[in-house]
Parts: sequence; C-alpha cells; structure tokens
Amino acid sequence: MSNKKMITCFVEALGISEEDVVNTLEYNSIPQWDSVAHMQLIAALEEAFDIMLDTDDIIDMSSVAKARQILQKYDIGF
Amino acid sequence: MKSIEDIFQLDSPYLLTKDQKKKMLDPYLHDLDNLHYEKCISYRKIVDAIPGGRNKQSDLYLPVRLFKNFDLRSISSDQILKTLTSSGTTSQQVSKIYIDKITAINQTKALVKIMQHYIGKNRLPMLIIDHPNVIKDRTLFSARGAGIRGLWTFGRNHTYALDNEMNVDDDAIDAFIEKFKHQKSIIFGFTFMIWKYFIQELEKQGRTIDLCNSIVFHSGGWKKLQDDAVDNETFKSKVKQLTEVSHVHNFYGMVEQVGTIYVECEKGYLHAPIFSDVKILDPATMKERPHKQSGVIAVESILPVSYPGHRLLTEDLGTVMGEDDCECGKKGKYFLIHGRLKKAEIRGCSDTYAVE
Repeated sequence: MSNKKMITCFVEALGISEEDVVNTLEYNSIPQWDSVAHMQLIAALEEAFDIMLDTDDIIDMSSVAKARQILQKYDIGF
Repeated sequence: MKSIEDIFQLDSPYLLTKDQKKKMLDPYLHDLDNLHYEKCISYRKIVDAIPGGRNKQSDLYLPVRLFKNFDLRSISSDQILKTLTSSGTTSQQVSKIYIDKITAINQTKALVKIMQHYIGKNRLPMLIIDHPNVIKDRTLFSARGAGIRGLWTFGRNHTYALDNEMNVDDDAIDAFIEKFKHQKSIIFGFTFMIWKYFIQELEKQGRTIDLCNSIVFHSGGWKKLQDDAVDNETFKSKVKQLTEVSHVHNFYGMVEQVGTIYVECEKGYLHAPIFSDVKILDPATMKERPHKQSGVIAVESILPVSYPGHRLLTEDLGTVMGEDDCECGKKGKYFLIHGRLKKAEIRGCSDTYAVE
C-alpha cells in the first residue's frame, strides 16, 4: 500500500512510468528527476503520507531506495 | 581529491577560527589547484602564462568575467549535469558555469549548512516576494528563478506575494498571515523586488501587515536602489515599520559560487562560511589588503570540482572588517560590500586576460 503510494508520487512528480521507479533510480540520473522535480516529489510525498520532511531529508533523498528509508523514519510501514 | 564530507559534518559553518580554518581549507584548495590544472586546458594555459607559473598558482584569482569568454570546465561533456548561466548586468555575454553531480551535491549541502544556522532544520512557511511565473520555465535559469529554486528547499506552503502583473496579491498575503499567524516564517525575495514591488506598494497603500517572527532573506545587490538612495539601514527600518519583521538578512552570492552565500548577521556584516574564504585585493597590484581597507573581493571555495572556481576574482568592491571577533559570535571573516568595480579600475591579471 505504502509502496504503491510512494511510486505514484514518483510517477506524477517526475512524469515517468511506474516501471522506471526502481530502487536504484537516483536523483539527477535522469533529466526528469532534476532539482525542480525533486521539490514536486517532496510536496507529493508530504501530501500523500501527511508528513513534513525536514531539509536534511530532502538532501538525503538521493534514490528511490533512500526515499523508502526516509519514509520509514516517519513510521510509514512498507 | 579528498571528500569534503567531514566539513559538512561540522555543527555550524561558523565555528572555526583563522588558523583552524586555514588548516582545514588549504589542503582542499591545493588539491583543487592540481585538479583543475590537470583537467581544464584553458585554466592551465592561464596558470602557465602568469609570472611564476604553477609556483604562483595559489595567488591566481580567476576573474569571473573569464567564464563569459571561455568554456572553463574540468569535466567531460557527458559529466555535465547542468549549466548555470548569468548574463550579468553590464554585458550581453553570458557566463557559463558547468556543474557535475559532485559539485551539485557540494553546493546543496553547503547551502543547507549555512541556512540551517539561521532557520534550523525544520522547513518554514515561505512567502516569496515575486510572481509565480518566475520559476515556471525551468529552461530559463534566470538569476531570480535560480535563487528562488535554491531557497525553495527551506520553505513549505510556498506562497507568492505578487501576481503575474507584479501587483501585491493581497488575498495571498492575507491567507498566508491568517494561516501562519506569528509562526516563524521565511520571507524571501530579491532586494529590488522587495523594495519596489512590496515595501513601496504597502507604503503607497498606507497599509501595514504583521509578519512578526518572520525572517527576511534578500539578495541581488543595491544597484537598482541607488537612485532611490536606499541603503541597508533604510531598507531594514522600512521593512520593520511596514511588516513588523526585525530579522532581515541580506546575503551576497554569485552564480560562479552557487552554494556559498555570505549572510548578513544581526550586526550588519556578511560572514564567510567554512566552505569559503574572502580576501580583499588592491585592484592595481592584486596584493591582499589589510582589514578595514577596501578593495576588490576575491573568494576561495572548496565546492567546485567541475570548473576552476575555487579561487575567483569578483567584480565587487568590499572591505573585510575583521576576523573571528564579530560581536555576533561567528568565527571567520566578516565584511561589507560597496558595489561594483568600475571596469577602468581593473588592472593586473584581470586586464591581461580580458578579451572584451
């Protein structure tokens, strides 16, 4: 459930397809995941999970795997 | 090149005193001297052309205008993550700054460390004194758009204070104040925009708003405000009078040094963070001037690995007012900016390479 929600956030914020949202996908490794899209992603995740990420989280969120880790920090189970 | 990760682990970018800072920065700057000499052909040619050559490399501050004339990069084209551009105010030619992944990460981390010092780790409600379209077009990396994008990370509930016709958006501001009443918030904009489209407009309308507990960050220079004879003191007192904000921080930065910003403390001085040092040079001889004497500002930075931007000569005039002993408590150098250097004043090495 959470995983699906997270993937939807990536799909919508970055404008990529579901199959592209894999653990190894990294920030700045594709043109769609640039700094502007990153902020949209943050906003999408915050809204979907009703959390507020701090600045360190935003910087640390350097891959899909890392995003999941950070969300777990906010008691979101995967 | 050693990773600069340990510097990012420091609690604050303003902790180290003169000797500690020098000891920390020098090895990195030396590595960057070697790296860029090796990887950037144009830079190498410049180093080889100066009297003393490589032995004097650490005295070479690359004039920022060279980024307009030459493709100065130390990475291959497939490593370019993004190219930052600035048209500058006096020239049509555009500076091109090539950023790779590592440099981008360094820049972001440095900016985070600096900003966290002033606002903490939590993101704060953010009122942007500009219009919403300024960041819409991401191919248009305008200075204003880039600045807003840079500080965006530190905000939440981003609200634009102006509409697309540059009028004060009363509804947006009222809603912001209502929602975050007396919460700590960030108000960000370019100095000129805040003055002309926000403060002067409020004054014209005879309106005051209550944004107390907010912090204003602004940048972009005073040049456009000189006609109105607005200096930092006037700016601050008007902001306080019309918006109740007493924490107002100007900051100095440049596209050639993204990530490093020099933020004004409560005593009114700009501070060099640990990632960077500032020197004041005599524009005629390029020798460093003692504190409290004005000259052209040179900046050193350990962030850029993708372009030779680790020792730069700016086109701004300033004065270092002291080091480690600012009344605000921050260590490192603190300084003031006096405006742009007139072209005729530049001699020495910048003249040698100027191709205008």
